[in-house]
Amino acid sequence: MKGPPTALLGMSHDIAMLEERARRCRVDIVRMVHRAQAGHPGGSLSEIDLLVALYGTVLNVRPNEPSWPDRDRFVLSKGHASPGMYALLADFGFISHEDLTTYRVKGGVCQGHVDMKWCPGVDFSAGSLGMGLSFGLGCALAARLDGSQRKAWVMMGDGEVQEGSVWEAAMAAHHHSVGNLKAIVDVNGIQNDDFCEVQMQLNDLAATWASFGWSVTTVDGHNMADIVEALAKVDAVNDRPAVLLASTVKGKGVSYMENNPAFHGAAPNDDQFETAMVELGEVAA
Amino acid sequence: MSGMAATRDGYGKALLELAEDDRVVVLEADLGKSTKSQLFRKAHPERTISCGIGEQNMLLTAAGLAASGYVPFASTFAIFTERAFEQMRNGVARPGLRVHLCGSHGGTHTGTDGSSAQSIEDLAIYRTLPGVTVMHPADEVSTRLLTKQLVDHPSPSYTRTARNKTPLLYEGREDEVIIGKGIVHSEGADVGIVACGVMVSKALEAAEALANEGIHATVVDMHTIKPLDGALIDAIVERCGCLVTAEDHSVIGGLGGAVAEHLAANTPAPLERVGVPDRFGESAEAEEMLEIMGLTVQDVANAAKRAMARR
Repeated sequence: MKGPPTALLGMSHDIAMLEERARRCRVDIVRMVHRAQAGHPGGSLSEIDLLVALYGTVLNVRPNEPSWPDRDRFVLSKGHASPGMYALLADFGFISHEDLTTYRVKGGVCQGHVDMKWCPGVDFSAGSLGMGLSFGLGCALAARLDGSQRKAWVMMGDGEVQEGSVWEAAMAAHHHSVGNLKAIVDVNGIQNDDFCEVQMQLNDLAATWASFGWSVTTVDGHNMADIVEALAKVDAVNDRPAVLLASTVKGKGVSYMENNPAFHGAAPNDDQFETAMVELGEVAA
Repeated sequence: MSGMAATRDGYGKALLELAEDDRVVVLEADLGKSTKSQLFRKAHPERTISCGIGEQNMLLTAAGLAASGYVPFASTFAIFTERAFEQMRNGVARPGLRVHLCGSHGGTHTGTDGSSAQSIEDLAIYRTLPGVTVMHPADEVSTRLLTKQLVDHPSPSYTRTARNKTPLLYEGREDEVIIGKGIVHSEGADVGIVACGVMVSKALEAAEALANEGIHATVVDMHTIKPLDGALIDAIVERCGCLVTAEDHSVIGGLGGAVAEHLAANTPAPLERVGVPDRFGESAEAEEMLEIMGLTVQDVANAAKRAMARR
């Protein structure tokens, strides 16, 4: 199954189709968290449009051969936002929708935080913030040593970049001119306890990444057409590492979760769940 | 014993010898001159990755390489590996990625830099990580051989080397150096002395001193602290009925801790632990540090007598 070097979707640039996938994933995210009565819906809903566009139009991966050695790597460094990852993997056929019912359940492939030992299609065992970019750097350097064109993509949260180790990795990636390392920062403005602005100001993220020698692109993280275009731009950078700063809304798509720190790591109750299913177009009002 | 050499030199030589395996990559955190990984860097710069002074990034860059089919060897001072402990825990050990971490300049034997540079807890913390092999070889030869064996080792590892020269013990005995197997130096029936690292040669000297008093010791180089060679410990208990451990490391959680746990769970026997008491070091020459910490030949011999008295 040697396909072209991009895109899981035949009609990769059918924006409406990507949007529909993202909608379905949002439904699954809320279902998983509601069923488990635990988990992280806010950051899953903020990241999902980006993930769908990445897997749909850029990543060279094989759902039926998730460990294919020459696949592009994807690292969900914000590993607690696992419902988004699992929903995506199910929608693209890496795992089954039945598997989604195992989220946070004993013996399930969908561990609380994404885990490469448990779930097909997961490239790194995350869950401790600030680790994924370094791991992605190692994957990218390995590709270079192999003479392969494969790339490593790393999704981080904006609160996550408060971890100092992120900047060790950022500095090293530039030093080694690792053009096949790509980062996405899900800038939703909220972290565990409160808004980032309250917890630890992030200042000018674009200027900071640029000062570390990275190519910086910004995008509205919920405009699918813009995301597809931005990802292609980031993907094309090859002389230095590149980051996409995506402005997002935490909890996007579920009104009471949107921009609400309470839903960083909390599950909806039954009434809230019904509301979400209506708002996401899954059931009639 | 024929001559002296530093175990860190054995590490550097091993990397160089492993270079013919193109899966081997080396990562440094600005201490390659000290850990001796620079021997590899000079010969194979294309497979050597400078991580600057950034240990956390080094460990996980190594993890990414390991997940992509490479066999990374990362090194820095033992004390600075500890800064990346959680990376080792969550990003290396938990997914079981075969990253081989070497901490040089371990223990108080490191000397005059003082307490900030003297790791006395490294063996203890890495020993708590599931599936991580922990080693502290005694001489340059065994360090070289054990490091070379890591290239096909099925799990991640931590190896502590020392800054200063110690007696060569294994020239001509290379076949006896195997990961996970203690090396028996003598088989006396009065007391077992189980040592690692710089304390192995001290234990051998202590055994000679004891022999002059008619006390015959079994001396073992337990270079692999995890997995512990439990069968050998059991055999020593059966033969001698009491034990001494000797290490340039806290008495809490290192070789002494590992042996104590094994004894408690299997064949209880009197155990005296020679090691760094529950305190930090200070600036002094290597041998002076061993005196300050109670790690001299005489300290080991005295501990042997205490163990025998408790039998």
